[in-house]
Amino acid sequence: MPKDHGIGASPMRREDVRFLTGRGKYTDDIALQGQAHAVFARSQVANGVITSIDTSEAEKMPGVLAVFTGEDFVDVGGNPAGWQINSRDGEPMKEPKRPVLAHGKVRHVGDAYAAVIAETEEQARDAAEAIVAEIDEQPAVVDMGAALKEGAPLVHDEIGTNQCFDWGWIEDNRAATDEAIKNAPHVTTLELVNNRLVPNAMEPRASTADYDPGTGDYTLYTTSQNPHLTRLLISAFVLGIPENKLKVVAPDVGGGFGSKIYHYGEEALVLAAAKKIGRPVRWTASRSESFLTDAHGRDHVTKIELACEKDGTFIAFRTETMANVGAYLSNFSTATPTFLHGTLMAGNYAVPNVYVNVKAVFTNTAPVDAYRGAGRPEATYSLERVIDMAARELGIDPLDIRRRNFVQPDQFPFTSAAGLEYDTGNYGALVDKLEEMIDRKGFEARRKASEKNGKLRGLGVNTYIEACGIAPSNLVGVLGSRVGLYDAATVRVNATGNIAVMVGAHSHGQGHETAFPQVVAGMLGIDENSVEIVHGDTSKIPFGMGTYGSRSLAVCGSAVVRATEKVINKGKKIAAHMLEASEADIEFADGQFSVAGTDKFVGFGDVALKAYIPHDFPLEEVEPGLEETAFYDPANFTYPAGAYACEVEVDPDTGKVTIDRFAAADDFGNVINPMIVSGQVHGGLAQGIGQALLEHTTYDADGQLISASYMDYAMPRADDVPFYSVDHSCQTPCTHNPLGVKGCGEAGAIGSPPSVVNAVIDALQSGGHSNVTHIDMPLTPSRVWSAMNS
Amino acid sequence: MTQVSMTVNGKTVSGEVEGRILLSDYLREDLRLTGTHIGCDTSQCGACVVHVDGKAVKACTMFAAEAEGAEVTTIEGMANPDGSLNTIQQAFQDHHGLQCGFCTPGMVMSAAALLEENAKPTEAEIRDYLEGNICRCTGYHNIVKAIMAASGQDVSAIAGE
Repeated sequence: MPKDHGIGASPMRREDVRFLTGRGKYTDDIALQGQAHAVFARSQVANGVITSIDTSEAEKMPGVLAVFTGEDFVDVGGNPAGWQINSRDGEPMKEPKRPVLAHGKVRHVGDAYAAVIAETEEQARDAAEAIVAEIDEQPAVVDMGAALKEGAPLVHDEIGTNQCFDWGWIEDNRAATDEAIKNAPHVTTLELVNNRLVPNAMEPRASTADYDPGTGDYTLYTTSQNPHLTRLLISAFVLGIPENKLKVVAPDVGGGFGSKIYHYGEEALVLAAAKKIGRPVRWTASRSESFLTDAHGRDHVTKIELACEKDGTFIAFRTETMANVGAYLSNFSTATPTFLHGTLMAGNYAVPNVYVNVKAVFTNTAPVDAYRGAGRPEATYSLERVIDMAARELGIDPLDIRRRNFVQPDQFPFTSAAGLEYDTGNYGALVDKLEEMIDRKGFEARRKASEKNGKLRGLGVNTYIEACGIAPSNLVGVLGSRVGLYDAATVRVNATGNIAVMVGAHSHGQGHETAFPQVVAGMLGIDENSVEIVHGDTSKIPFGMGTYGSRSLAVCGSAVVRATEKVINKGKKIAAHMLEASEADIEFADGQFSVAGTDKFVGFGDVALKAYIPHDFPLEEVEPGLEETAFYDPANFTYPAGAYACEVEVDPDTGKVTIDRFAAADDFGNVINPMIVSGQVHGGLAQGIGQALLEHTTYDADGQLISASYMDYAMPRADDVPFYSVDHSCQTPCTHNPLGVKGCGEAGAIGSPPSVVNAVIDALQSGGHSNVTHIDMPLTPSRVWSAMNS
Repeated sequence: MTQVSMTVNGKTVSGEVEGRILLSDYLREDLRLTGTHIGCDTSQCGACVVHVDGKAVKACTMFAAEAEGAEVTTIEGMANPDGSLNTIQQAFQDHHGLQCGFCTPGMVMSAAALLEENAKPTEAEIRDYLEGNICRCTGYHNIVKAIMAASGQDVSAIAGE
């Protein structure tokens, strides 16, 4: 019988009602009295020197209140990278300034160089078009290989190179890995492209700023996954507004997937504009602006080598990657291809040698940063494609070669050759479950049936491991992070017994408003409906780092547990006073404080009321009130893992790939709300399938973004994907957080691309196309057909 | 400026609009019915689907002035008269057919139009009908399942919690 409440149950989401009735409150839905509108003038060339900007005509246009250019922000700071990477030679990465508005030069199509504030959006748009900018177009660099060549046009002249860093991981393992590969009986080499994607949260970015001249207080409503991080960046690095004078509110946010982690220049502009004109200023991106200016994802060009014994035992993985960071360093852009990628390059395997080299490259394209999975999809794709290729070369079953190399259950905690300490896992159990879910035994019969219909059927499998619950501050500090990555929660028990929980995590689809109360109510033995979650407003919540890296439950949920424990401990003091007993004798269970060994007890609600009516409190022993805050900093990453399988049919006449079935067996440790967890996996799978078959961000040689609308960028639609089979019953709970949870938000996107590609290659091989060993994503009909007919 | 008058969610509304103002902007900005969402600028995403004279229409594909005299229903007009979720809305909640909620109004409006045309659509028919509604969160699994459930079909055999 499934539980209907508490940890492990799937109560219906309480936030759904407002979303289903049109009463959600997203940033663009907020209308402030007297608000004006901002529209940006954006570069139409990828690389150019700004020789002049004439705003005089624009300023005279109807309704125009102010016009800004880069000149207005030369004296303020830049938007920084949050992580310092050092190159192999010890040199720190190149870190050019990222201004609020471009000044001197524009560096990608869409780079904003001016902004107009007007009474209406239409007036602002008309006036933005009247700005006359003389921009001397320069040759652009788009291709990473070309950008690294001697004499290539420079994205940032002042750093004298397009290489941001040249990073090795683990540098001390380089020689041993090279040696192992040189002496190996078998080496499989694969060159691949991890295609550039646009995150495409359905709600475009939007920011509305307000300034109170009476108090000097600013308020910024913005589409953020982490309002405190945004406030910190604006306060400490960009505009210098003191944190106590800036409130950042991220209300309902329509998806993020990484793209709304970062601080963007538009947020700073509307704040400055609101102060200047003394009225609220609102800006909402069009979808075209989103394509041009949201941080993109992936974009690696990689060579990976797998050295192994003839029996398939892995000896070494060696990876060389070029990672595009675009025109400016976005906040997590330097961590994504390094510590979220290189450290995962041992996969689920007890391989002795791993070495990764990553060169990060500036190009005249939009900034590239974390997108759902962030580095881990790139690692998984490289590993699981080259393993599949090796299995085929060696004539070994693709699951058997993986089983042979798995870290075994009795080896945990296990320090991988890429330096992470995996706490728990049972990868063999996941693969066993997967075979059952996909009905592997029935595959040959299905393949024959497809052949009869003139179709080629293939089965692709892969495993994955990720590092989530980002992140232990002491570890990431050593690795170059400039921030701590703890989270925080305040549990406020009101006098009448209901509870507000203020959390640093932010929900933009993840269901925190439903799942977090399951944890608190479960611990306190009370009704979930009496627990309310407050998030997204820096004036209400404690300083937390927000939601990304599958961290909400593992990190912020742990803070919620710790704060709730403190509430229980405080309640024991109050109960001891009420029951005239010693605090040491008070026990708490099922919503009641009782004196051990007696039938004396008081209910949680009575204790809450007493906390706020302390007429007879021993005030020297216990303070009034019942409210506790905890900050939680994890001891380690968490390590979700999974085994995925995809079965496809390929039409040999057209190259069209159809996914017949997809199975995902994941180990997320303990599961708080299975319904939400499955939903998270479903969404990730569609994004991974989208990457594998549909989505591709294309710049032409001049740096024009060719795929800048939904007519050109193929988002997965309902008829591109099947019903998925997902399972999270294989559970090895995390050993170092109080809930034993691992994080589920990114798994689907990390785990699914290789199995789709492996399935297509399997289908083509079975159809006699033995020369087709790899096709780069997305596997469009054109690419598949061309590979078959090459 | 053009004078427009229409019925929105059963109430007569009228006002002056610029000729270039889209129905989606009129609903959101003038009437403050912000449940109709704008997720693109090329009429692809479907977050702004409303019903105009009983037909599903992307509200960004027509000018407000073109809706003169029309009966418009938005997501705010979909709940039962007592304020409770209607069958489709309830099915979306029951089957976790939404996450961030941004595409949801358009999905519900499209689903309602589909079930009006086809009382018991197959999985394939639902997926085909939703071609013009993009969701980035759910992978569509629970949306399709919710619509099947809303049409009275047994969805217990479809995988999922």
